[in-house]
Amino acid sequence: MTVQTNETERLEKSLEQIFAGGHPKYHEKLKEQGKLFVRDRLELLFDDGEYTEDARFANVEAGDLPADGVVTATGKVGGKTVCVMANDSTVKAGSWGARTVEKIIRIQETAEQLKVPLLYLVDSAGARITDQLDMFPNRRGAGRIFHNQVRLSGVIPQVCLLFGPSAAGGAYIPAFCDIVIMVDGNASMYLGSPRMAAEVIGEKVSLEEMGGARMHCTVSGCGDWLAADEQEAIEAAKAYLDFFPSNFAEKPEIKSPVPVSEGRSLGEIIPKNQNAPFDMYEAIGRLIDEGSFFEIKKLFAPELITGLARIEGRPVGIIANQPKVKGGVLFVDSADKGAKFISLCDAFSIPLLFLADVPGFMIGTKVERAGIIRHGAKLISAMSSATVPKISVIVRKAYGAGLYAMAGPAFEPDACIALPSAQIAVMGPEAAVNAVYSNKIQAIEDPKERVQFIQEKREEYREQIDIYKLASEMIIDDIVSPDNLRSELAARFAIYSTKEVAHPLRKHPVNPV
Amino acid sequence: MNELKSTMAGTVFTVDVNAGDEVTAGQTVVVLESMKMEIPVEAEKGGKVKEVRVNIGDFINEGDTILTFE
Repeated sequence: MTVQTNETERLEKSLEQIFAGGHPKYHEKLKEQGKLFVRDRLELLFDDGEYTEDARFANVEAGDLPADGVVTATGKVGGKTVCVMANDSTVKAGSWGARTVEKIIRIQETAEQLKVPLLYLVDSAGARITDQLDMFPNRRGAGRIFHNQVRLSGVIPQVCLLFGPSAAGGAYIPAFCDIVIMVDGNASMYLGSPRMAAEVIGEKVSLEEMGGARMHCTVSGCGDWLAADEQEAIEAAKAYLDFFPSNFAEKPEIKSPVPVSEGRSLGEIIPKNQNAPFDMYEAIGRLIDEGSFFEIKKLFAPELITGLARIEGRPVGIIANQPKVKGGVLFVDSADKGAKFISLCDAFSIPLLFLADVPGFMIGTKVERAGIIRHGAKLISAMSSATVPKISVIVRKAYGAGLYAMAGPAFEPDACIALPSAQIAVMGPEAAVNAVYSNKIQAIEDPKERVQFIQEKREEYREQIDIYKLASEMIIDDIVSPDNLRSELAARFAIYSTKEVAHPLRKHPVNPV
Repeated sequence: MNELKSTMAGTVFTVDVNAGDEVTAGQTVVVLESMKMEIPVEAEKGGKVKEVRVNIGDFINEGDTILTFE
């Protein structure tokens, strides 16, 4: 046997071990859980299943830690280069050793230098406690991963696909990503496991209740997109990335226009009665290219809809009140949801479309105690500092600070346009008349006379806030027929595409939190 | 959970189901009036209504029980 065949054999044997991942019994476990092996995930993700891998031999000398439990790869998704880190849960439950962490840091550095999106395919039990001195506190320890994520935020898109646990400190990887796609039943995020909660605080709780995918996508808001299985999660990540440029300096791609879906016209969808609910999804359907809607945080705070879509092929971020849920009133969670979405779109040059049908921010002790003012401030701050093209459409009403949150005239939208049915005011006619004439109303004894008085004052009020009056005062920029809204939006977004805004000279604003 | 809680503070405007009714997930069971809007409250799951805990005109807070299921 020659030296060369010996060497070839050694290489082949090593590679075979690395590609096989962990012990077969852990592969069996994956199958039972409906999970895919890390390399199968990567094949599904990358165009033609092809990718280039770095530090494949990490910890090869240990013998039983192939790739040290993480694959770091570069390849194409939808024709564009992306970097990926992907945990291998068949290797010590995907836990992080020193080399695991170093590999993750290196792929972050690569993504930064290449200026391309970075995807985190997470399925990890957290730190290897036995290795902690080598991977936890040091300069290039796990903390550096999060530090890098924060530094890269807004520079390149960062996407998290959560296939399994993301535990303790590791739970911050999804927290610092732009979007977190979670697989129902398998994905979880928590700082302390149910076992730890039982030991430390005495709470008995299931993993699903504590940090399951559905909980995070509906209650905590830590998850953005709930996938039924891994394939769906990977497809969602691809669909999401399709809206984004590779980095902040580039512009998102404009595709061929697609007509709207068929259905009732916008005029038919919007009820005449200001107080009656309607389904904003149906209205959105009449404005966007059919099949282009990618909703973010669909299950969380559904009184505000946030999603990416295309209008005549051009990407837009839609922020729309949903009158069908909680009357479209803004709450603590909806304010947070809107703030993050606006910041995401603004970071990557995706123009914003606000569809306002909002009675205002919620009032009452419950929300005041929850800090609705500071949460509302986050939304208004994010909207206000966004410099991408912004169009505000007053669909039916925008009352009080709701007008502000939905990019009202004072917030320098490129246009604030109204449908003919729109009302803009500090408050609606009913509330306003009660507020202004409360003493007078009480003083009228005859019930009939009282009702008549209220009706008259409401009419008067309606005239004062008549949308044509606001147009005449140049408060709003245009009144548009519902049938023409889509073409109006398409024309305006095309015009505003060259918009440039100078930033005030400062380090950064003090953000409300 | 065998009860439906209000997601929002408001005054009960209409009650659309009675004890003993079978409801399906997504069905409107009460309508609240809040922030000058009619707010339909939908059943999160289907089932037979055991007890309706609210009446027209009641003020209910977020988290208050509207009805229980059998």
